[in-house]
Amino acid sequence: MIFQPQTDHGTPASTAAEMVTVFIDGRSMRVPAGTSVMRAASENGTSIPKLCATDSLESFGSCRLCLVEIDGVRGTPASCTTPVAEGMVVHTQTPHLQILRKGVMELYISDHPLDCLTCPANGDCELQDQAGAVGLREVRYGAGETHLGQAKDTSNPYFDFDPSKCIACSRCVRACDEVQGTFALTIAGRGFESKVSAGLASEDFFGSECVSCGACVQACPTATLVEKAVVEIGTPERAVVTTCAYCGVGCTFRAEMRGEQLVRMVPWKDGKANHGHSCVKGRFAWGYATHRERITKPMIRAHIDQPWREVSWDEALAHTVAEFARIGAKYGKHALGGITSSRCTNEETFLVQKLVRAGFGNNNVDTCARVCHSPTGYGLKTTFGTSAGTQDFDSVMAADVILVIGANPTDGHPVFASRIKKRLRQGAKLIVIDPRRIDLVRMPHIEAAQHLPLRPGTNVAVLTAMAHVIVTEGLADEEFVRARCDWDEFADWAAFVADPKRSPEATEMLTRVPAADLRAAARLFATGGNGAIYYGLGVTEHSQGSSTVMAIANLAMATGNIGRPGVGVNPLRGQNNVQGACDMGSFPHELSGYRHISDAGARSLFEADWGVRLDPEPGLRIPNMLDAAVDGVFKGLYVQGEDILQSDPNTRHVAAGLAAMECVVVHDLFLNETANYAHVFLPGSTFLEKNGTFTNAERRIQPVRKVMTPLSGLEDWQVTQGLANAMGLDWHYTHPGEIMDEIARLTPSFAGVSFARLDAAGSLQWPVDAAHPDGSPIMHIDGFVRGRGKFVITDYVPTDEKTGPRFPLLLTTGRILSQYNVGAQTRRTENSRWHSEDLLEIHPIDAEDRGLKNHDWARLVSRSGETALRITITDRVAPGVVYTTFHHPATQANVITTEFSDWATNCPEYKVTAVQVTPSNGPSDWQQRYQAQSDRARRVDPVPAE
Amino acid sequence: MNTTDQLVLMANQIARNLAIHGDDTATAETAAHIKAFWDPYMLRQIAPMLAAGGNGLSPVARAALERLCIA
Repeated sequence: MIFQPQTDHGTPASTAAEMVTVFIDGRSMRVPAGTSVMRAASENGTSIPKLCATDSLESFGSCRLCLVEIDGVRGTPASCTTPVAEGMVVHTQTPHLQILRKGVMELYISDHPLDCLTCPANGDCELQDQAGAVGLREVRYGAGETHLGQAKDTSNPYFDFDPSKCIACSRCVRACDEVQGTFALTIAGRGFESKVSAGLASEDFFGSECVSCGACVQACPTATLVEKAVVEIGTPERAVVTTCAYCGVGCTFRAEMRGEQLVRMVPWKDGKANHGHSCVKGRFAWGYATHRERITKPMIRAHIDQPWREVSWDEALAHTVAEFARIGAKYGKHALGGITSSRCTNEETFLVQKLVRAGFGNNNVDTCARVCHSPTGYGLKTTFGTSAGTQDFDSVMAADVILVIGANPTDGHPVFASRIKKRLRQGAKLIVIDPRRIDLVRMPHIEAAQHLPLRPGTNVAVLTAMAHVIVTEGLADEEFVRARCDWDEFADWAAFVADPKRSPEATEMLTRVPAADLRAAARLFATGGNGAIYYGLGVTEHSQGSSTVMAIANLAMATGNIGRPGVGVNPLRGQNNVQGACDMGSFPHELSGYRHISDAGARSLFEADWGVRLDPEPGLRIPNMLDAAVDGVFKGLYVQGEDILQSDPNTRHVAAGLAAMECVVVHDLFLNETANYAHVFLPGSTFLEKNGTFTNAERRIQPVRKVMTPLSGLEDWQVTQGLANAMGLDWHYTHPGEIMDEIARLTPSFAGVSFARLDAAGSLQWPVDAAHPDGSPIMHIDGFVRGRGKFVITDYVPTDEKTGPRFPLLLTTGRILSQYNVGAQTRRTENSRWHSEDLLEIHPIDAEDRGLKNHDWARLVSRSGETALRITITDRVAPGVVYTTFHHPATQANVITTEFSDWATNCPEYKVTAVQVTPSNGPSDWQQRYQAQSDRARRVDPVPAE
Repeated sequence: MNTTDQLVLMANQIARNLAIHGDDTATAETAAHIKAFWDPYMLRQIAPMLAAGGNGLSPVARAALERLCIA
């Protein structure tokens, strides 16, 4: 693709069904009613000059450049604010308009630096383009007061703000308001004093409430807001559309390139998940791809106490296969396993699980979804029949009541959060169920109707109490239930939840949610129109994670909120390809498409295709692999794109398991924490260095396209194929598209997917099959995948993790906007300027009880271990609850978390750990020892001089 | 916590979460769940303690495991 900016039609598209006929410059055209004259002209090839208009924002009508003449209409209306009308006759270019536009542009340019040749936006500047378009050839105004020579604000690590170049079009302010919903920017002052401001006059961009989503930069028509990378490198010369590798929203971007150098990532307006929006991670935090700590050569060592030794790919693969063969011969084939990653593509993930099943000869394959959304898979498959969310993201714009439970979208899924905020500003009601007062509870122009700050670990009790209210007050949608669900199961469930001991009043002491608030929330959800539920890891990472997912499904079915736009059950997936990794058969008990390994029919398909017999018994999950390693029977592990030592619970147990293995192979971008215990390091490729697909949280399969050569020389799927062939498996894929063909051949819900179809459609939402040839934005429309929806009785079972005199506080964990999971990527970018260390949030009362002041070091202890970190005192958390993130290995928050897990899936109970907090004077002895060991483990032997 | 203790914890937890259905159904569902999701190695690990009386297992968990291990 040759570089050119995406076409900008000036105003948003109209969604009206009615069409009208207009005549523009003598040509007739039919466009939807409500379309602006500007857009109608643009869509039909006529570009009306404009500056304050852009099609991501509502029309504003301030620049006076887009004037047109309309027969029968006095004056020269602005084409951006004038909707078309039947039979309207428009003239976009007349001598009179030319004079007017030239005069307007002359005024703009009279107060604009004429430094185009050295300006970073040279060649990509709308002001420059429009000056040419209106034929401006001279500026007659002489010396006078101007806005030139103002100081630049370079405080933001990713973009500069140069007020001298500002034309006060307000596009940046409106983008912050309308698209991002942060309202960080404003036009301060009046008249000639008007200027864009990021808050108070004393504040720069970095110190303001700006969240660096980039919407303002994208909207700016000049070089006032411009990416530092463009300043440093220059304008791009080509663009490739690809998919972000951060969260499960799955934003699509134009990777804008100069040669093999990435200049910037610009959100793609045609992206169906993000509609042209982005967050600070996807938009700017890609510098890790070329970070000096990238490992680009394979390395091996005989023992983890030794330094690494760089070797060739051939030697690394041969060594790995020899070690795995030795282990298999000595301990048996079940001593080996593999872990796939939600960061990797569907194709890579599929190959890793194929390597384990067909190569290792067992089902010891698991994925990092084990520690995040495995309860979603179990819960939604049980109740609805398929392990995925029910809606597309666009569905939220039809929701009347939005229930967010155990999720913090503004930090974890910021681009989708902007859609939620937009819908809330339009009038939808919000219910938040979360121990913390997350930002959505109260922010500009948004306030939750109800925030239920429950005690961690009581999700099931709260949801059951809501169901109690709905059933006992006659608010259930029995017509829907009779038509769509198993009535007898509903009746049993209704009797269960109606028991007075499950009422809000009876459970208030347990949940700490005021009964009146809970009743109000339940009534609102049941009667407020379309009710949509969005949830995250605050639901799944509990001992009753799967039960909570099923309780959510019960609530949606009981209120008839399934099967149409605006409703549904929507898991917000943490990583870019959690959905895909699960779809691809990464779990030890099931093949791709969620078919149990004991299903002889499904198994036979794979056996015929792969030419091997498959083990019919489930394999080990990650925690069971580690247990078996400590037992001395699990000895070899291939880990692709996953850092289990940092991300999995009870770090010391994970370390003990890894240390007990004889061959740990880490396939990753960096020497991560797990690599401290590895014997082979295989350098991985970033999402910019490979082809494939990711599947986002709305089941949308999207292309990932290679824009630069892998630094290691190989894409990850090629490495796995190399291992397979060294084992004698005879794979010969030449492109990931061939892997997708195999996935489609073997997976009914992917039957209609191919790279060609994805290229043509942009993306497809599974199932894509004969019944849904173009995919399925919304599921369960006419019936559930399993037939009738299943109500499951979800009894509240308290966690075994108890507070007491030794550990009186409950620790819950989460993540922050600027960092991503274990931080392997974002810590290696400027994002760390916003969050350079994990902090412990503690309520003022709990801090005062312990003599702690803000930013003091504190010792955090559980029965699993202890660490130390600084505190931040806030009433976002309730008394008795503390909270931290897990982005920094120096903190090792998972030293604290325990071995308790979800009863059905073993998803760790990250969200509930009994702890004590006491004053400290710095990092713990353990942290210091760990750092020293980590430094030792990362030594690389110098390459001998030739 | 050693592996056997961990497996006892897991089996009891499954049984507790299914207990609302009554002992007979809970036993059947616990057994089905373990059959569907546990690697045979895990069953082999817990079998000796089960044979020794299953001390620490809840009645439902023990009954479920007996079905699987004996079968």
